[in-house]
Amino acid sequence: MDGIHDMGGMQGFGAVPYKQNDPAYHDEWEPRMFGMALAASAPSWMNLDYTRHSLERIPPEVYLSSSYFERWLYGAIMRQVEAGQVTMEELIAGRSIQAPVSSRDAVPPEAIDPYQYAPFRHEIEAQPRFNVGDAVRTGNPQTQGHTRLPRYARNKPGVIHLHHGAHVLPDTHAHGRGECPTHLYTVKFSAQTLWGADANPTDHMYVDVWECHLESA
Amino acid sequence: MTDRHEAGFDQHDEFAHLPSDPALRAKTLESLLVEKGLLKPETLEAVIERFETQVGPHNGARVVARAWTDPDYHRRLLDNATQAVDELGLLGQQATDVVAVENSDSVHNIVVCTLCSCYPWSLLGLPPAWYKSYPYRARVVREPRAVLSEFGVELDESTEVRVWDSTAEVRYLVIPQRPAGSDGLSEEALASLVTRDSMIGAAKL
Repeated sequence: MDGIHDMGGMQGFGAVPYKQNDPAYHDEWEPRMFGMALAASAPSWMNLDYTRHSLERIPPEVYLSSSYFERWLYGAIMRQVEAGQVTMEELIAGRSIQAPVSSRDAVPPEAIDPYQYAPFRHEIEAQPRFNVGDAVRTGNPQTQGHTRLPRYARNKPGVIHLHHGAHVLPDTHAHGRGECPTHLYTVKFSAQTLWGADANPTDHMYVDVWECHLESA
Repeated sequence: MTDRHEAGFDQHDEFAHLPSDPALRAKTLESLLVEKGLLKPETLEAVIERFETQVGPHNGARVVARAWTDPDYHRRLLDNATQAVDELGLLGQQATDVVAVENSDSVHNIVVCTLCSCYPWSLLGLPPAWYKSYPYRARVVREPRAVLSEFGVELDESTEVRVWDSTAEVRYLVIPQRPAGSDGLSEEALASLVTRDSMIGAAKL
């Protein structure tokens, strides 16, 4: 999806609001929003990739005028409504009107541990098409759906820098079309290839790209 | 769920009827989720507490200090950071697959997530606001030297800048240069010198 979220290389934003020791939260409701996003029950198809895609589907004018956790809040509401677990009518009324469609047991405290995780890397039979050092060109996916190939890195020549084995493919996983583990590589680009002659010729960019978005060059 | 949830969402207009104050809007969602049995208050409190106390840059600093003091660990970290981080029990949410990239006199690494704000929670905690900001996501890929200069990191023209965009579930950990005059410090003392921003590549030590 060519959305507002894909902002790598966009111009006109001004200075980065950099502060040393800048905290993660800036308002009391923000940790509660973070916690809700992890702790609320969700149907199994509501995975991390779908969650990222929900944030991408926030209208551009809302996206740009919202803080990070305001976007999380907007996305969480979209996801709960799309899951049929709450309705906008209920949110506007501020009370429950109907039972959840996909009623599930709420997540217990012991289920969420920062050091417990499900792997994204899976063994597959298919051999990787590329080796480290191979010259490649990135694809140019045109989709309404989720993809993790940023616009600035599409249809660009690069070199395979690392191979990470096969990882869950966000392009399918976000839409309930399966994990489709696909070989994942870090591709190295010259900064001048991406940003033109004004870029420093010694500089490089590295982007993780799935094999389905790469061709030999 | 096939082919659902692409691009659109047909109830954006309804958001205008929700509280505009984000704190009130969040409270509305929280109350409704609890009322409908979709959220246990004790789980919410536990998640907030665990992500405030268990995760944080002290974890990444342990990895860096170990690499500075143990040449074998340093080699393992550069060869396969996922395994090396796992040795310390620090793989976790948003850091299941890790690559360590090392700064030197000739190379400076800096990490971003242009598409959202991916960040190695279990190693560095939750990201600072500037890392999630639009200017950082937009600019650091195109003009890393200008951004670094604004952060107070001045680099020679001949120093290679490497920008890592976290577009998959691979998380990049920058190993900063060990500060001058730190010879003879213990691993623990060294770890206390390692800042969060230095492990993103936004600062030097």
